Amino acid sequence: MMRYLLRRLAHALLLIFGVSLLAFLFTTLAPGNYFDEMRLNPQIAPETLVALRAQYQLDRPLPLRYASWLNSVLHGQMGFSFAYNSPVAPLLLVRAKNTLLLTITATFLAWFIALPLGIWSAERLGRFPDRLISSATSVLLVIPDLALALGLLVLAVRTGWFPTGGMASVDFAALSPLHKIRDLAFHMTLPVAALVLSALPLLVRHVRAAVAEVLHAPFLLAADGQGIPRGTLLLRYVLPAAANPLLSLFGFSIGALLSGSLLIEVVMSWPGLGPFLLEAILARDIYIVIGGVLCSTIFLAAGNFLADILLYWIDPRIRTESAPR
Amino acid sequence: MIRRRNVRLWLLILAILHGIILCAGFSAPYDPIQQDRKNPYLPPMRPHFVDVGRRLHLRPFVYAVQLRPGTFDQYVEDTTQPRPLKFFLPGDRYRLFGLFQSRFHLFGADSDRVYLLGTDAFGRDQLSRIIFGGQISLLAGFLGSCLTLLIGWCVGAVSGYFGGWRDDVLMRLAELFLALPWLYLLFALRAFLPLTVNPLHAFFLIVAVLAGVGWARPARLVRGIVLSAKERDFVRAARGFGASNFYLLRRHILPEASSVLLTQAAILIPQYVLAEMTLSFLGLGVPEPVPSWGNLLSNLQQYSVLVSYWWMYLPALAMVPFFLGYLGLASALQERSDPYMIERRSLGSLA
Repeated sequence: MMRYLLRRLAHALLLIFGVSLLAFLFTTLAPGNYFDEMRLNPQIAPETLVALRAQYQLDRPLPLRYASWLNSVLHGQMGFSFAYNSPVAPLLLVRAKNTLLLTITATFLAWFIALPLGIWSAERLGRFPDRLISSATSVLLVIPDLALALGLLVLAVRTGWFPTGGMASVDFAALSPLHKIRDLAFHMTLPVAALVLSALPLLVRHVRAAVAEVLHAPFLLAADGQGIPRGTLLLRYVLPAAANPLLSLFGFSIGALLSGSLLIEVVMSWPGLGPFLLEAILARDIYIVIGGVLCSTIFLAAGNFLADILLYWIDPRIRTESAPR
Repeated sequence: MIRRRNVRLWLLILAILHGIILCAGFSAPYDPIQQDRKNPYLPPMRPHFVDVGRRLHLRPFVYAVQLRPGTFDQYVEDTTQPRPLKFFLPGDRYRLFGLFQSRFHLFGADSDRVYLLGTDAFGRDQLSRIIFGGQISLLAGFLGSCLTLLIGWCVGAVSGYFGGWRDDVLMRLAELFLALPWLYLLFALRAFLPLTVNPLHAFFLIVAVLAGVGWARPARLVRGIVLSAKERDFVRAARGFGASNFYLLRRHILPEASSVLLTQAAILIPQYVLAEMTLSFLGLGVPEPVPSWGNLLSNLQQYSVLVSYWWMYLPALAMVPFFLGYLGLASALQERSDPYMIERRSLGSLA
């Protein structure tokens, strides 16, 4: 158990390290930096700019900059933001928390809906419920995320049922804890709905395919012959047997939802990584961009790691494979 | 047989859809950047066949719209001014495919302009902008995925055929690209390229960024195919006859990957079109006044536009038929490359 998990963990860490290295390599290719716009300002002397660049170490060669950045990561700073004049990590943490809140809720909700729908659809393969669900997922699949998000926003604006932006009401600080949660849930409804709807069709289709494949296995016929109730059969026998492809899909779905949330956060002005990153790109605030990208890698790696653990727990083949001989 | 016809059917649908976009100069009634400053945010004019006197006309017509007196954003149809729609009408000059000069349009009206999908803030025809915008978005998606597949093909071939340290390096690199959620990767690549560029450069920039985002997955697929193909008997035989590495790859091994690449293309193109829309929507893509589906939608980021002018939302729906076509094509291709999928399932139910 430990060996398998340690190997996966080491793999994930190496991946994160590699991404940071790659991101740094790209920054050398980037034309211009944060202080370029100041060059146009006649009130700022060229010497000041040189001094500023030196102060933020932009004039040093890449390996040295990378080393000092690694050092600041170890000190919990992750570089320095030019625009905010502050270390990146605390800035990033606030936004990353909001993004995680959105993404995790959406992931759970999407799977919570997709699993029963997929199983039901596979159980009635080719019959009316299956056809209904299949056509519904097809319709959802051809509507682009952007159109979906904008459509929900138009709906919210027209009807006034849901707030159209932000994650808290104006009087949030004055609310009681219970009302705070309600207010937050209220604000989350729209972005989460957009995320779930955009992720749902793919999940339902894969669950359906995975379950349908298992449903015809001989061991199920035997179990059915034993008189095991249908519900128990589906939950205790079919689902674990179909789990392997679904768990790798779980990691994939986290990546897809993270991507989706980036766009949907901007559209619905949710104060997460999306708007933050966009702003940093437009301002050429490179350390924030690197930090944000790294954050997403860490989330995705964590999701995949979680999927690995679950896989280990559910699929006995992996356990015997990695057992010490 | 049925399956093959299925692929053809989807290809036909896609060809028609792309034909409309490709001949944008002809199918769009007006120039996409020509402004009509007197008519900002004009609502869509509805084509009619029956007039107010309940008389049936064979030629469709629209009514001119006018401001309702006393308001500044309410429009009513002016039933005294019917504008019959004429087909194959001379109008603005344009160049078809950038080659042939022409001034004939699919439809239009004689003297006054008709706006079937309304106008934007500068009185530009929304329908023309959607059609011309498709050229940018679809071409970016198409070129981007061609480039992606080319890179994936080369990387996969080198990695699978030569193996050794090249395989290690290339596949570790591919893993790094797969370790990022793709929109973050898109953002990251875009972040390290120049921000303010002219539309043409921006277009090629986007194509390059798109190609950089997606190459890893096809590369891994091609690698797998090359790995199994290079051990096949006919490849060994050809090698025994003294065929060079390059000849073997070109003649015997890479053609094996073509059906997978075709399926990948059908999956990648709509994804890339969506990526272009996302970038342009966020202001990181093709800038105004050149229309693209993404920057047409970016107007919706203004609250007033979102609330008051629903026809500004229409570009978002322009993508839907294309998505449908590509989705159908992809699944038809997948079915063709794995014809046993259905039989396996029916066999399974027997067991």
